[in-house]
Amino acid sequence: MNTQQADSVLKVTGLSKSFGGLQAVSNLNFDVRRGELLALIGPNGAGKSTCFNMLMGQLKATQGDVFLRGEKITGMKPRKIWRKGVGRTFQITGTYQSMTVIENVQMALISHHKKLFSIRPYATRLYRTEAMQLLELVGMSAQAERACAILAYGDLKRLELAIALSHSPSLLLMDEPTAGMAPKERINLMQLTADIVEERDISVLFTEHDMDVVFAHAHRIMVLNRGELIANGTVEEIRSDPMVQEVYLGGGSVFANESSHA
Amino acid sequence: MGLFVAQLLTGLANAATLFLVASGLSLIFGVTRIVNFSHGSFYMLGAFVGYSLMQVLPGAIGFWSSVILSGLIVGVIGVIVEVLVLRPVYKAPELFQLVATFGVILVIQDLALMIWGAEDVLGPRAPGLKGIVRFMGEPIPKYDLALIAITPFVLFGLWYLLTKTRVGVLVRAATQDREMVAALGVNQSWLFTGVFFLGAALAGLGGAIQLPKGGADLLMDFNILAAIFVVVVIGGMGSLPGAYIAAVLISVLNVFGVAYIPQSTLVLMFVVMAVVLTIRPYGLLGREEVAGEHGQVGEPEKPIKPASGRARIVVGLLLLGLVCLPLLDSHFVLILATDIIIFCLFAASLHFLLGLGGLVSFGHAAYFGGGAYVAALLVTHANAPMELAFLMAPIGAGFAAVIIGWLCLRLTGVYFAMLTLALAQLLWSLVFQWDEFTGGDDGLVDIWPSAWLSEATTYFFFTVIIGVGGILLLRHVAHSPFGYALRASRDSNRQAEATGIDTKKIQWMAFTFAGAMAGVSGALFVFSKGSVFPNELEIAKSFDGIIVVFLGGVKTLSGGVVGAASLELVKDYLTRFEYWRLALGLLIIFVVIVAPHGIVGSIRRGYERLFSRSTTRVDGESS
Repeated sequence: MNTQQADSVLKVTGLSKSFGGLQAVSNLNFDVRRGELLALIGPNGAGKSTCFNMLMGQLKATQGDVFLRGEKITGMKPRKIWRKGVGRTFQITGTYQSMTVIENVQMALISHHKKLFSIRPYATRLYRTEAMQLLELVGMSAQAERACAILAYGDLKRLELAIALSHSPSLLLMDEPTAGMAPKERINLMQLTADIVEERDISVLFTEHDMDVVFAHAHRIMVLNRGELIANGTVEEIRSDPMVQEVYLGGGSVFANESSHA
Repeated sequence: MGLFVAQLLTGLANAATLFLVASGLSLIFGVTRIVNFSHGSFYMLGAFVGYSLMQVLPGAIGFWSSVILSGLIVGVIGVIVEVLVLRPVYKAPELFQLVATFGVILVIQDLALMIWGAEDVLGPRAPGLKGIVRFMGEPIPKYDLALIAITPFVLFGLWYLLTKTRVGVLVRAATQDREMVAALGVNQSWLFTGVFFLGAALAGLGGAIQLPKGGADLLMDFNILAAIFVVVVIGGMGSLPGAYIAAVLISVLNVFGVAYIPQSTLVLMFVVMAVVLTIRPYGLLGREEVAGEHGQVGEPEKPIKPASGRARIVVGLLLLGLVCLPLLDSHFVLILATDIIIFCLFAASLHFLLGLGGLVSFGHAAYFGGGAYVAALLVTHANAPMELAFLMAPIGAGFAAVIIGWLCLRLTGVYFAMLTLALAQLLWSLVFQWDEFTGGDDGLVDIWPSAWLSEATTYFFFTVIIGVGGILLLRHVAHSPFGYALRASRDSNRQAEATGIDTKKIQWMAFTFAGAMAGVSGALFVFSKGSVFPNELEIAKSFDGIIVVFLGGVKTLSGGVVGAASLELVKDYLTRFEYWRLALGLLIIFVVIVAPHGIVGSIRRGYERLFSRSTTRVDGESS
């Protein structure tokens, strides 16, 4: 992957957030370039989720701006940002428990096609083919008719990915996409995501705690600590950055033993 | 000046009872999350028990020990209710328990009638505090002063109990996180029982202590219910000082209201509540309710499917049977069937909000009665033809729902429920007190359908077409993209908002739609009865709706209709007996215990347990 591509999809300038006296995020500046998988890492409480929630409109930034392909989206509601072609998945999945798997995807498609206020057709009959294609993409088509409430957690994560892809986003924000999954599942899901986004020319910004996942799939890594961006570079650069090792990884085995995760 | 102070003191004295009863309600809700409708009944029992005790125990010591004993006795009654009625249903979906407490209201009403009779009872005056004190020439009862002095001690005592003792710590911990407290090894069921004892005892105490001022009667339970809910909500759920401030605020304003703007008395507290909640959505001293990750407590409802061919045939046959009813040639049957269909449509419209939207409206009667009144007012004042009046009913009710929905949807959960209740009461008191326009208590009469519908049989067919049509429309909308978006907003508001769904707008539209459909049922009602009275707008009517939706099964599509039809039929039969409330109350409690998922929900579960061994089967509702 060519990380030199300067084509910026998302641009963040001077983004800050304080909760009372606590400076959760201060003066963030970065770009998400077209077609890249950009990882945002940092210890617990570093401000990753705060940053995500600001990008997606769930939280209001104290200062700074977010631009989507040059258009300012700071302060927009999540649903407006979604309409501009940004998809997101949550750290803790948010799915419609009373619906079937495929209906969860159909719901997003109904919203995308602006049929939310329609009362004539049966919702279950709308966009079934499209929904099924999305489920196939994430490997969930066999479970399409099951009740969402009985899915395993890993499958919920896949379903959420399908939902996030339903409006053909150009940018995907994934907050800890593999949290709560078994190690092998993690790599699989991230590989799947990497394949999909490459094929569909989607840029991805994701946070992640699992360094195996990050080092295996990220094209570029940013390190956040106490609300500040302390490093930003390729996987190799980050691995060898002494400051990152100190504040975040404490010089653990991930660095000593690079070959084990290739 | 003297008069002003005297009024202020009367208000403060009245606040004593209100605070005692409301603090009990607040405690029970805070810890058990049960909206205890029967709290007013505990209050009433306190008054009656206190009265009986005072007959036996003489003197000042007798009086005050009677008050305390009543509290203890009612506390024990609360424990009995908790253990027998509520324990079996703690696992049921949220708010289902309120149906059980509604059954308790009915049971206690008839028991009180059996024991103490229908006559109002005048409370004895407190020995030693019978006289008055003059303040700047104004008479102030000594007993009022005693009440004013006692209340802060009760508040302090409760505050001490909750903040300084181990039990209090447990209660507060349970209020915040029940599961965590259970995980730490605290026996939850005894904690709940204890809290019920305390809450009921406070209500009983409140009932006994107001005897010298108000006596005891059989209407006390419902009369205080709205007021204590208002106090709890204004003060902020779970906040005792808040409840005290709110009780004082409401009581004092009420006294001044009676004195200076007498026509405002019924509305006043609801106006105060609406204003407070608009400015401080979680009450004066309340904290924001932390919303759960998932929209519904307990097991999510099963996915729904459009009715299968077989289900359509069954419904078709039922309809055919309905249409054949006039062949029985019984006026009584036709009237009963008309009533049932109307009530079913009302319940279905509430179910749309409550079940699909997860929006618990405690004031749905506002749109039923609202629709009925719009039609009746048009006929009475504008001499409008029936057709026009009928058409305007849902529009008027929908208009009321647009405004009330907009105000209420800024809140969630119990606060939402309470604000819908308050605004519905506002409408009710408006109708009740605006004599020259609405006829007040005398209602509006002579509202008959046009000539072509004047035959009972024709009107019955009209009801079938409009009523059943309305129910089917509601059902179809549940399956439409709009219905799905409503369920999506309930299931995961976060995901819905993150995928372009304007959840507030969806809910607002749903609220309006449900209101308009309730308006249709109101219009059907008014032309079938020929009259309408304010009680079609009152709390009891709203509660009837909630009860049948839960009784039928809130997480099933047909729950509302099935619940309404069953209850209406049973009621029609039982009301022929003298103590029908007792029977109905016991029946409701029985159904609640054996069918904690509602009638339809529990039948479906039983059916599934019998016939589905394979786990891969897709679960869907088809009836």
